[in-house]
Amino acid sequence: MNDREVLIRDLGQLLVTQRLAVLSTHNAGQPYASLVSFAADPDLSKLLFATTRSTRKYANLTSNSRAAMLVDNRSNEEADIHSAMAVTATGVVGEVSVAERREALPLYLEKHPYLKEFVNSPSCAFLKLTVGTYYLVRRFQNVVEIHMPS
Amino acid sequence: MTLILPIEHISEKDRPKVGGKAFALASLHRAGFNVPTALCVTSDVYDRYVLSTGIRERILMEIHRKAFEDMRWEEMWDASLRIRNMFLTTPMPGALKDALGDSIAKCFRDQPSAVRSSSPGEDSKKASFAGLHDSYVNVRTRDAILEHVIKVWASLWSDAALLYRRELGLDPEKSTMAVVIQEMVLGDRAGVAFCRSPVDPSQAVIESVYGLNQGLVDGTVEPDRWLLERASGKILSHTQPKRDLWVVPTKEGASLESLPSPMATQAPLKEGEVGAVYRLAMAAEEHFKSPQDVEWTFLKEILYLLQSRPITTEKGDGEADDRTWYLSLSRSFDNLKALRRKIEEQLIPAMVEEASLLESENPDDLSLHELVREVERRSRVHQKWVGIYWHDFIPFAHGARLFGQIYNDSVHPSDPHEFMSLLAATEMESLKRNRLLEELARDIREKSELRKLLETGDLENADPRFLTRLDRFVSNYGQLICPDPSLNACRVHMCGFLLRMSAAKTTARAQRDITALTDSFLSRFKGQKREEAAEMLDLARASYRLRDDDNIYIGRIESALDQAVALAEMRLSSDSASAKDRNFHEDRIAVVKKKAYVPHSTVNETTADDHFDFRPRQLTGQPAGPGLAEGPARVISKVLDLAEFQAGEILVCDAVDPTMTFVVPLSGGIVERRGGMLIHGAIIAREYGLPCVTGVPDATTLIQTGDRITVDGYLGIVIIGTDTTL
Repeated sequence: MNDREVLIRDLGQLLVTQRLAVLSTHNAGQPYASLVSFAADPDLSKLLFATTRSTRKYANLTSNSRAAMLVDNRSNEEADIHSAMAVTATGVVGEVSVAERREALPLYLEKHPYLKEFVNSPSCAFLKLTVGTYYLVRRFQNVVEIHMPS
Repeated sequence: MTLILPIEHISEKDRPKVGGKAFALASLHRAGFNVPTALCVTSDVYDRYVLSTGIRERILMEIHRKAFEDMRWEEMWDASLRIRNMFLTTPMPGALKDALGDSIAKCFRDQPSAVRSSSPGEDSKKASFAGLHDSYVNVRTRDAILEHVIKVWASLWSDAALLYRRELGLDPEKSTMAVVIQEMVLGDRAGVAFCRSPVDPSQAVIESVYGLNQGLVDGTVEPDRWLLERASGKILSHTQPKRDLWVVPTKEGASLESLPSPMATQAPLKEGEVGAVYRLAMAAEEHFKSPQDVEWTFLKEILYLLQSRPITTEKGDGEADDRTWYLSLSRSFDNLKALRRKIEEQLIPAMVEEASLLESENPDDLSLHELVREVERRSRVHQKWVGIYWHDFIPFAHGARLFGQIYNDSVHPSDPHEFMSLLAATEMESLKRNRLLEELARDIREKSELRKLLETGDLENADPRFLTRLDRFVSNYGQLICPDPSLNACRVHMCGFLLRMSAAKTTARAQRDITALTDSFLSRFKGQKREEAAEMLDLARASYRLRDDDNIYIGRIESALDQAVALAEMRLSSDSASAKDRNFHEDRIAVVKKKAYVPHSTVNETTADDHFDFRPRQLTGQPAGPGLAEGPARVISKVLDLAEFQAGEILVCDAVDPTMTFVVPLSGGIVERRGGMLIHGAIIAREYGLPCVTGVPDATTLIQTGDRITVDGYLGIVIIGTDTTL
């Protein structure tokens, strides 16, 4: 396995094993961060999450769809400094279309079955971050950019 | 939590926290063997120290800087040096110090002690850590003992111990260390005994020296050796050495001295005493139910057992492990002094002579057959010197490392690489060469007539004195930037480079006042020790200088080989060569070229699945020259890349060779794939005060010529691209 394959494997594992991500949105020059339950699609091109339409993050995304999402495997131990891995995904957020929903929703609920009612509620928006770039940080200081095909 | 245990109180349940050595001593004591009084500082104390001071995570950050398996041993040594310095500059917390200090003072008062490692997990039948962790003898006073306990802890992270643990597949994160503080028996004769010879299982081996055992253990004093029949103890042979040295206790520690003449003619053990040592070793074997490696000493007529450990068996696959090689990475001061004499008095003069001889021979007039034979001869000469380089020159590099350890142990500097400033006060061949280059460039800068001529390529009408100096430079330093062997082609390339150099603002060699630093170092020692420290510094400077000079000389031999190869290839490709000749000789040249040492040029790695576009953003290496620089990268993968070097570029290469470093005054910083503080890139960067990062995996494939990069020489990071929209 070459270095690139190892990177993709590690990125994939991180996105599969972690349940929560920090979503960053902004509006009128003011950044805002919130915790979301997410799932990645198999080719890592989209990160799925859900939010009610009354939230600040949804309002921010409505006025500015560009966002970032941070996923990491820290355990709140000192050793995180050398052993934790973090990835920031940047891209554009939009609603999952009705056609996409047929595949995306089972994928999301497989990881978060307890959110079935929440995500199916009429007040909830089922969203996708279409990833432009992943920024992967390992060993405290190693950073690699992974640009997704457009 | 048990902090300290007298050996008589150690029981089976304590084994995981007292380590193999302490447990064996306790067991021997219980069985009535004559072992010296001892205390064991358990691994709980080590764990508490590294956790409460934060050292534990600092160590893990250091060894996880890059994949453990990707680290070269030089990088391990650097990491190990930094870790050792963490221990030396981090005092033991007060409560811990008080708890240990009282027990130590009560047990030993001001009696001399030995402070020995006893790492849990070491010394099994499969693996032996013997010699990989440090032990200290003849240590007096409570505070000195505690200081040495910390040094023993630090040795858990020595480069040799790290390498050996990697080989055994042990997880360094689980490493811990107990320490045995043992009453020092200042014996008049000492030695080791192997119940079973590693060479012949039917024999036992006893080795003995006068004085303390340290000289025997570290290989500086050659012992008397007896081979015995293992079953009966009958002496089969006795080999007598030169017997001219012994290690004796001093006020603090021990020193190597000449052996007084009455002892030189007499073996340290009488026949009856050889028998007594044999019986002691066999009793230890009987006790532990496995063949033992025993250290012992005679104080007058009384025989003491100092330690006993199982003899390591071979690994499962039948191959012996590499512990011996790891141990050879460290060389004693005396060993290095002898190596220095050999290198300075024999090898370097012979190498220079051979290079000059090759350069004086002109292969132009040889027939094709003779020329191919000449290529093969030059290749053999080159191979011979490459062999000597590995066998003698590289081990001599340990001189600088040993000095680094002595400097850090005595000065406790906040920067673990401060010692390198003292080493840099030395004149290296590459710096002499760069000064000559700078003088030629200055001529061009100051003489506009000369400059115009060179710019138009009109060398014929240039000042003959300038041309003489230029030609001398080209012939002395080989074809630095020119693979074409003809003088004229080299002149043209060199003039192009000098023109750029004359127009640019080059970096001057850093000036530094090292007198105060040297005085501060030497003031830590008194009397004889001060003389030894000064001698050690001198040896380290020779070692540091040689790391550069040997490559310059070997580069000259390599140039002579390349010249003959290029000429032969030119002849073979000419029309006059017959097809038969061509086939026959091309193969011979190909064989030589395969063996010849050339800096490896790496090819960009591409994979079939380029679904994702990878761009490295930040690469981690080792900080090797402090400072921050930003500029376009120049990736060097072949000689001609150097000719293209522009002022202000960052030199990016696989391994900086001193023959390449003439571009350094033009560069803004250095990035090197090969790691280590004492490699050429790092040495030359420090000389010019340039930011430098070494040990960057895949540096030459991940960075492209022209990429704008930032070299952070403080933290050992290279940032690619100027995009700050992260």
